[in-house]
Amino acid sequence: MNLLKQREFLLALMVVILIGLVGLRAPVFLAPSSLANLVTDSTLLVMLALTQMLVIVTRGIDLSVASNLALSGMVAAMLASHNPGLPLTIVVAVAILVGLGLGLVNGWLIGYLQLPPIVITLGTMSVYRGMVFVLSGGAWVSAHQMPHDFIAFPLTRLLGLPHLVWLAAAMLALMAFLARHTRFGRDLYAVGNAPQCAGYIGIPIARRLLWVYGLSGAVAGLCGYLWVARYAVAYTEVAYGFEFTVIAACVIGGVSIGGGIGSVPGAMLGALFLSVIGNALPVLQVSPFWQSALTGLVILIAVLINARGKTSRGRQILPLHTNDMKSAA
Amino acid sequence: MSVTQLSSPTPHGGAAPQSTGAPAPVLQLTGISKRFNGIVALNGMNLNIRAGEVMALIGENGAGKSTLVKTLTGIYQPDGGAITLDGKPVSFGSPQEAMAAGITAVHQETVMFDELSVAENIYVGRQPVTGTARRIDWKRIEAEAEALFARLEVDLPVRARVKDLSVAQRHFVEIARALSQEARVVIMDEPTAALSQREIRELYRIIAQLKAAGTAVIFISHKFDEIYQVADRYTVLRDGNFVAEGNLADISESELVALMVGRAVHQAYPKEVAAIGGPLLEVENLCHPTEFDGVGFTLRKGEILGFYGLVGAGRSEVMQALFGMTADVRGTVRLDGKAIRVTTPEEAIAHGIAYVPEDRQHHGAHLTMPIMHNITLPILSRIGFFLLGGKRAAETAIARHFSEQLELKANHLTQHVAELSGGNQQKVVLGKWLATEPKVIILDEPTKGIDIGSKAAVHRFISQLVTRGLSVILVSSELPEVLGMADRVVVMHHGRVQRVFERADATPERVVAAASGIELVENNLEVQ
Repeated sequence: MNLLKQREFLLALMVVILIGLVGLRAPVFLAPSSLANLVTDSTLLVMLALTQMLVIVTRGIDLSVASNLALSGMVAAMLASHNPGLPLTIVVAVAILVGLGLGLVNGWLIGYLQLPPIVITLGTMSVYRGMVFVLSGGAWVSAHQMPHDFIAFPLTRLLGLPHLVWLAAAMLALMAFLARHTRFGRDLYAVGNAPQCAGYIGIPIARRLLWVYGLSGAVAGLCGYLWVARYAVAYTEVAYGFEFTVIAACVIGGVSIGGGIGSVPGAMLGALFLSVIGNALPVLQVSPFWQSALTGLVILIAVLINARGKTSRGRQILPLHTNDMKSAA
Repeated sequence: MSVTQLSSPTPHGGAAPQSTGAPAPVLQLTGISKRFNGIVALNGMNLNIRAGEVMALIGENGAGKSTLVKTLTGIYQPDGGAITLDGKPVSFGSPQEAMAAGITAVHQETVMFDELSVAENIYVGRQPVTGTARRIDWKRIEAEAEALFARLEVDLPVRARVKDLSVAQRHFVEIARALSQEARVVIMDEPTAALSQREIRELYRIIAQLKAAGTAVIFISHKFDEIYQVADRYTVLRDGNFVAEGNLADISESELVALMVGRAVHQAYPKEVAAIGGPLLEVENLCHPTEFDGVGFTLRKGEILGFYGLVGAGRSEVMQALFGMTADVRGTVRLDGKAIRVTTPEEAIAHGIAYVPEDRQHHGAHLTMPIMHNITLPILSRIGFFLLGGKRAAETAIARHFSEQLELKANHLTQHVAELSGGNQQKVVLGKWLATEPKVIILDEPTKGIDIGSKAAVHRFISQLVTRGLSVILVSSELPEVLGMADRVVVMHHGRVQRVFERADATPERVVAAASGIELVENNLEVQ
């Protein structure tokens, strides 16, 4: 009974029902290889949604993730193509560090200068995207320029599962620990819940914000490498507009834009939900243009569900009980 | 009108702080003063609290109680004076420092995280961690929270989310937090405001426990029955000054009221004599499910009707209901003898009712808009739909007319309201509502937070309003303002009209007593 009230459980149920419905129309969708593809396709969105969730929990937003991803991905691709002998770990580490650096810029401006997150990340979103063009001169880095191991890593299988899936699973475990079992994670919730009170209680708000945007950036950097390697191409418009898919995943997953509310399973399921829609529509031979309309519809429904029961009543001024009135009079 | 002469802070009616045999105070404040932009909020305030005693802090609205609490808890830093804790001088640069020193407050606006669990709320910001991963020790947090509630003999599920708790349960969470920090001094600012009788009894029991454990409690309440039941001693403050301290056993309610309201200076109010006509606005049995009940009064033509009450007595709520801003309101409202039904502010304005809200920053002025547009905002539809050419000139003329009338100090009419001083902002808001040509103007705390010069200008202006045939409802928490300006005073208490006084009968003692919900023993004061 309690389980049914949990929105995460309901969302998981919806994902399963959705997969089942699509399977009724197109049984090929339920083939193990197709489902495995679905999971692999969803990994980048899941990872980005997890860190975006932590950012939104602080009453913030990171619109720059997709641009950050494109820039880090381009750096990684150019580094690898110009230095074919460089170990892959170095390339990945550079991508993560570039992403971290870009995220920390956001975090510093938002945390220490107390500037509004939506404006700052809207600005850096354009700046980072522009930097991809400046860096690459508008040129593509394509598959034949990239070293083999660079391209192969994301889909290489370890114990039967692609590296992408392992990475996403590790990220899920890490974020679940971070969000529930560390001071850092709990402070994010406290900050988003009541920023004023968080200050009174002695939470270092600026430092927490710096690092949550840094984390979002670092994961965007990692995903930048993975994206570029997976699709074996790097160009200026990589993941263009993907930040909105990430934020949509969070909203569908029950993360409140007002801050303070959001869970790791929720963000993951929101991302899965969008991936199912994205993978099912081609199978059902629905125009891809329907995809954005459907995504939008799902977001509206999710927001409507979240908004229930939030109308405020008046203040309680009258005494609550009659015997109170006697003592008050 | 009785005025207690008290020009210097003299201990009154009570024992001196260090009387023989009394233990040294845990917390001692001497000569604390605090100013905001030249306005004195606290002036030479003294306070002495001993371990295991409950000190009642008594004063009118705006006497400086909240400022004092905020100074004690490190939210404000005093401009002068000394705070000593256990005989050692201390100063709190931040709320954390005060908390670390053992001073915690159970605020009216509670420091609570709605989405976090009860246990987490107690330990938030200082959760115990274990191991190299610095993992939060949830088992310990929940066990310790349970132990705290067991000690308080309160039954509260530690995993419940705070947003599902009642006001009383939230207080218990805060008290548990104070206990977990081994607080020396716990400040309770109107803790019973929204509690039921049973919850209040439970709170009393917990206060007794805190006392027994040697914790000092500062208890702020407007309810005298509570004060006498809970507190051992009292400190009275008035206008930011220390007035008196002593044992509650040695003083009666009416003596306390006299200490609260006694005034050293008679402020001059520019009240002009206006001819008061017949009834204009008649309100009968106005009810709301939670905010007020059975409210009735009559506003006559050319009258200033004062509304006095403690903060949160429901005055603003009644006014907002009259202005059509509240749902679920029942009752009869008659304007000029005709029954009217107002469900939106638009209708209220059309009937000639204007409401100037209390919080002008949030409800009154559009700070980032020019003065001109602020003034003409409610009457734009009367000027015209497209504000071009002659219409534009008409708009400017209207704005100029009202800003001149109000002696508005601004460079030009296109200046943003945010750039003006508080007093001038208030004038813009007044101008805006006058432009609607109202019959009734409701002013909610019109002089709150503005400097003395602007206050006088606003008072002068209110007087002029009635001489021009308007009727004014003046909601104010400043007793002298209400007594100085109003023709009659409606006193509200707990969402009900407690009493209505004619100007001649409205003595500070009676008005404050009515606002506190107590009946004064008035054998020699009774005027009939």
